[in-house]
Amino acid sequence: MKHDVVITGIGLASSLGEGIEAHADALATARTPVVDATSFAPYPVHPLKVLELDRQIPKKSDQRQMEPWQRLGVYAAGLALDGAGLKDDAEAKAALQVIVAAGGGERDHAVDGAILTGLRGADEPGAFLNERLMGDLRPTLFLAQLSNLLAGNIGIVHGITGASRTFMGEEQAGVDAVRTAHARIAAGQAEVMLVGGSYNAERQDMLLLFELGGYLRQGDFAPVFERESAPGLITGSASAFLVLESAERAAARGATVLARLDAVVATRSKRQPGAVEAALRGLLADLGPVAPGALAVSAATGVAGVTAEEAAALATLPQVRRVAAGDLLGHAVEAAFPVSVALAAAALSKGQAREAIVTGAGHWRGEGAARLVAP
Amino acid sequence: MSETTPSNPTPAAGHRDSRGRPIVAVTGLGIVTSLGQGKDANWEALTAGRSGIHAIERFPTQGLRTTIGGTVDFLFDGPFSAPQLSEKLAMLAAEEAVGQSGIGRAGDFPGELFMAVPPVEMEWPQKQELAATLEGDVDYRGLLSAAASQRFKAMHEMFLFGTVADHVADAFGTKGSPISLSTACSSGATAIQMGVEAIRRGDTPAALCIGTDGSIHAEALIRFSLLSALSTQNDPPEAAAKPFSKNRDGFVMGEGAGALVLEDYDHALARGATILGIVAGCGERGDGFHRTRSSPDGKPAILAMQDALADAGLSPDDVDYINAHGTSTPENDKMEAMSCAAVFGERMARLPMSSNKSMIGHTLTAAGAVEAVISFLTIAHGRIPPTINYVTPDPAIALDVVPNVARDARVRTVLSNSFGFGGQNTSLVLTAEPSRS
Repeated sequence: MKHDVVITGIGLASSLGEGIEAHADALATARTPVVDATSFAPYPVHPLKVLELDRQIPKKSDQRQMEPWQRLGVYAAGLALDGAGLKDDAEAKAALQVIVAAGGGERDHAVDGAILTGLRGADEPGAFLNERLMGDLRPTLFLAQLSNLLAGNIGIVHGITGASRTFMGEEQAGVDAVRTAHARIAAGQAEVMLVGGSYNAERQDMLLLFELGGYLRQGDFAPVFERESAPGLITGSASAFLVLESAERAAARGATVLARLDAVVATRSKRQPGAVEAALRGLLADLGPVAPGALAVSAATGVAGVTAEEAAALATLPQVRRVAAGDLLGHAVEAAFPVSVALAAAALSKGQAREAIVTGAGHWRGEGAARLVAP
Repeated sequence: MSETTPSNPTPAAGHRDSRGRPIVAVTGLGIVTSLGQGKDANWEALTAGRSGIHAIERFPTQGLRTTIGGTVDFLFDGPFSAPQLSEKLAMLAAEEAVGQSGIGRAGDFPGELFMAVPPVEMEWPQKQELAATLEGDVDYRGLLSAAASQRFKAMHEMFLFGTVADHVADAFGTKGSPISLSTACSSGATAIQMGVEAIRRGDTPAALCIGTDGSIHAEALIRFSLLSALSTQNDPPEAAAKPFSKNRDGFVMGEGAGALVLEDYDHALARGATILGIVAGCGERGDGFHRTRSSPDGKPAILAMQDALADAGLSPDDVDYINAHGTSTPENDKMEAMSCAAVFGERMARLPMSSNKSMIGHTLTAAGAVEAVISFLTIAHGRIPPTINYVTPDPAIALDVVPNVARDARVRTVLSNSFGFGGQNTSLVLTAEPSRS
């Protein structure tokens, strides 16, 4: 038996601020993005608009035991639970299944630098490294770094005792998180799920990973689909969480449906010229016909080749209004696809369109697409 | 189970479990641990009560409180990173499992991939390589400029979270978008659970489920050490992991991989495959209590076990053996014993429950998969691997831990537990092939 899957809660936080209104407005008006081109120059980033953490993470002790990417994610998850009216529903929170798309924790940049400097002249590098790590790593650092501890913190802070799973693997983790959550509800394996991701762009260690592969744009901001002269990612701090629910469950409790999530599909192309376009065209075909005036939110990265191929795939749907999530709030890696789905759902909930599709092709691997319709 | 005999399956409806869902068969098993490569080597050592834990030689251990581990040292001649070893372990376990299963063709596995992989990040040797190109004090600005030279491009792929699964998907030709997941120390069990769910949904006729972990390096060990999670009883190394003993003082890190080919039972029957067992039920619960500690009342673990039994349509009385999480930390073993007592009642005093970790250490991300493989070997051989180093029983925990010596027993149904940091609790119910039950 197949169940319709509806979105009853949206939690969004980014450089644009927080909440459905701020993000739906940005979608409608194509507002100028918030860009910090100096702090990490030559790499621009979209910095998180400062959150009033106490509103979602009341205990300072909880805040202290998290890193920025975790606080951001816990905050956005709280917004989604509030929106869905589940924050104080203990029964729902015991049934709630959580899937988080996450990377890893932040390095202590100063410690790393000092150790690397010291290692150069060390007589016994191994012993030196051991001594410094034993002395300089914060014992709790590990917990702030473990990928699954965003989910763990969501459980602790918001009192969720349903099970959680954490998907890793860059952009595709976000696609597969939403896809799996949808599939489980559609198949009756779960009734209500919290799914999303969180990314802190304001960290040099992540910039380093992408720059090793030559995937970062340098210089100023340019729109995602107009970066041919200097292609690459402009990362943005952002988090999105969605409460997904079977239509029956949402109706039974009288919940407001913000959008219906019809389908989520994913694939993994062998990257060679043309492969991403072909993969995305195939996924779009799986989604079925798209109505004129539909919104297309793209999670495109801005990386050379891949982004042009995503544009080419979307060009086969001339009837849609294309918006790049990256133009509004930057590229949020694991969170990029959940953010894009959340933006689409926000737009539908505000009557900006009747139907929306979402696409995304990871900077290195993975392609995904989704289809949403207005309630 | 369906009453239809395997030789005469009903083509239209097929076999269904007690809840009307497709039955999930196991047709291939693969394993690598510090005890060796492959089922034969591991089974021989596990039933002989031999430990794979030894003094660490991979990196200098001067100044460390813990200097032992169940490292897998027989796969590379030169240096390697954690993702490289994790990938190698996964490939070897998967080759064995897929080979045994006989499913598909070489490089064309007709199903999806679910992989538990350790979180990765750039490691010290690679950072030192970048730093060596810089003048003066090292900082991330300098490392970024070294990276921008594009002379270290291969490091990007090496340290992406999705790379290990991507390479495994390439090698075996699995279908769809491969999943890389973490639920901390229950990850391997979650990979199996996701395969079960996908087959029950009818999304895929088969699933390659792998848990792998080759991440014992200095910083990983130090991080656990700083949390006081590791045993510091380094001498002799093979006696350090002593689950359920009074003097247990922490876990010992281990490495390894376990791989399982899961398959829709009817799909397996139709191609004449040998059915090694059934993944009959899965249960999982979150614990909102604390980041590293379990709820003192054991409630999430209890519920995970009860959910798994209910999912399998079985009762506690049907369980013949518990493959314990049994880490050898003071807290886990106490909580697990208490939770099992709550689920199994008085029967717990005589229900065998042993910990593979007493011999292979805690293989972390891989543990749930490694121990599921061992559980199916236990069913197949009718022999229970012991909990070794059980010299000083903890009087507060009255258990039959199958002390020190393997035991012959008819085992048809195993409950395998995995509990992890971040409130992750997963239990699997693993059973013999239906015609043998």
